Amino acid sequence: MDLINLYLIPGVVLGCIYALGAIGLSLIYGVLRFGHFAHGDVMTFGAYVTLSTVTFLGVSPLAALPIAMLMTALLAILIDRLFYRPFRDSPTIVVVIASFGVALMLRSLVEMIWGADDRSYETGIRRPITLFDSFVIAPRHIAIIIAAVALVATLHLFLTRTRLGKAMRAVSDQPHLARVCGIDLDTVSRGTWVFGGGLAAAAGLFLAIDTELNPNMGWNLLLPLFAAAILGGIGKPYGAIVGGLVIGLAEELSSFPLFSERPLVPPDYKTGVAFAIMVAMLLWRPEGLFRGRTFG
Amino acid sequence: MNALFGYGEYAVSLLTIGGIYAVMALGLNLQWGYGGLFNAGVSGFFAVGAYASAILTAPPMPGHIVGFGLPVIVGIASAMALSAVVGWFVGRICLRLQADYLAMATIGIAEILRLVIDNEIWLTNGSRGIVAIPRPFEDLPGVWRDLAYLGLIAAIVAALYIALERLARSPWGRVMRAIRDNEAAAAAVGKDVASFRLQAFVLGSMAMGLSGALTAHAFKFIGPDATLPLITTFLVWVMLIAGGSANNGGAILGPLLIWTLWSATELVTGRLPPEWQIRGSYLRVFLIGLLLQVVLQRFPRGLLPERPPRPPDGNGMELSARHD
Repeated sequence: MDLINLYLIPGVVLGCIYALGAIGLSLIYGVLRFGHFAHGDVMTFGAYVTLSTVTFLGVSPLAALPIAMLMTALLAILIDRLFYRPFRDSPTIVVVIASFGVALMLRSLVEMIWGADDRSYETGIRRPITLFDSFVIAPRHIAIIIAAVALVATLHLFLTRTRLGKAMRAVSDQPHLARVCGIDLDTVSRGTWVFGGGLAAAAGLFLAIDTELNPNMGWNLLLPLFAAAILGGIGKPYGAIVGGLVIGLAEELSSFPLFSERPLVPPDYKTGVAFAIMVAMLLWRPEGLFRGRTFG
Repeated sequence: MNALFGYGEYAVSLLTIGGIYAVMALGLNLQWGYGGLFNAGVSGFFAVGAYASAILTAPPMPGHIVGFGLPVIVGIASAMALSAVVGWFVGRICLRLQADYLAMATIGIAEILRLVIDNEIWLTNGSRGIVAIPRPFEDLPGVWRDLAYLGLIAAIVAALYIALERLARSPWGRVMRAIRDNEAAAAAVGKDVASFRLQAFVLGSMAMGLSGALTAHAFKFIGPDATLPLITTFLVWVMLIAGGSANNGGAILGPLLIWTLWSATELVTGRLPPEWQIRGSYLRVFLIGLLLQVVLQRFPRGLLPERPPRPPDGNGMELSARHD
């Protein structure tokens, strides 16, 4: 039972957070064709915007989610205008460098506004709920999983039912064909930033609910996010969901004491698990599990 | 007189650290400037070099593996060798793939090395770092100690500059540029693209390892904070791009200028009232990031732009002129 309560559930929660971040990363790569290295720090920004909303309005973090998503989406569009769009005709690597710089700027902005100390939304611990005698789950974990599923369902409806969603998938799959068909790239790229930014804000918020707010929280997630996006196949939002869940579960389960009293992998090296999976994928299957594109 | 002396000492330390950054930037220039390889984990190679040399040369510490008390030259040579091995390993995996993958993998290596440094206390003494690392010329009296070390750094930078300039003008350098500018064409004339890239990546990693070792010996101390990506990776990228990539002179000028700027702004924020000091230090980081954006957008070629070597005779002049 410990396996489920202490490893499987946290793994699913972490997986949901990774999935939300990786969807954005994968969409942005698919539509705009570059690895967005500031994505983790966009998540951080979303989490901190929520902090301010919670303080000012006195609402719960989940109620502040729409505001945080909106603000972060606006920020993402602004960043695109100022720092990425000027390089649309340059080699992709220049945009990658620019996003690297944006990551640094966002983090120092967060530190300037909110300070560098660990923060959290609410004080006090809520008791976990016990079901069926031995199944224990924390209320925050239930909330995160439900909210993540709802967001993914919304995204699915958007991608399959709306014109803009279909256009985004078309650009991601066949950029030249999409342009020939008269799809407006500017609209599509704005849509991508709105969704990428919004989902990143949600991921940051959930991570902060699950753990704490820290200016480095997003940057530290960059590696598992990329691992998830690569695992699912770059440019494939649905693959990114699976990739996120796999990486999250793998990281948590890796500390399970399977053969002895000690964890399989020391908990400090959880990030190493994501990295190992990523390197293995790069070596043997760079197109990902779902036949996405390789970078380039 | 005393004030003048103080400024002199400040200038010496500024040049010493600036020179160490120049070593790092020259290595990055080989990877990015000539090879077009985006290494986003400079701090990882820096850390490998710094810790390798520190562990080998520091005096023995009870209870740790740290400290073999070996000569500094052995430490520096091992630092370069070990960073070359790590560079080879990363390069083998990632150079076949496109740029974003290399960036992610190098960040990954750097982050995992930071975890190792923080957690493997038996090897690195964790967050307390390694102390009492020997420094060359430390027996010299007074100022001469620092001046001699600066001289050593200057000699290393000069030697690296001459070697890299020759390399850049050699057939090897021309092939590297050809691969960077048109990979398919270089492959079509029979150049082994992967092998050339790997060579550039390994050589660049060695220079980064060397800069790590020089830092450890300069401060006589190395701790996890020295390997934060901000201090190494970000700063050295800004330095190289501002100085001018694919120009070894730019890879020296950039570090000296940006490091002076970075230190001078620290003097300014240091004078602010305490409650503004911390914010000021973050503002500095923000401005460095903004500087990178401005340079990328407005002056993408840097202060000293690339000057492709001219062919020895008049033939082909038109070709090299087009290269700009």
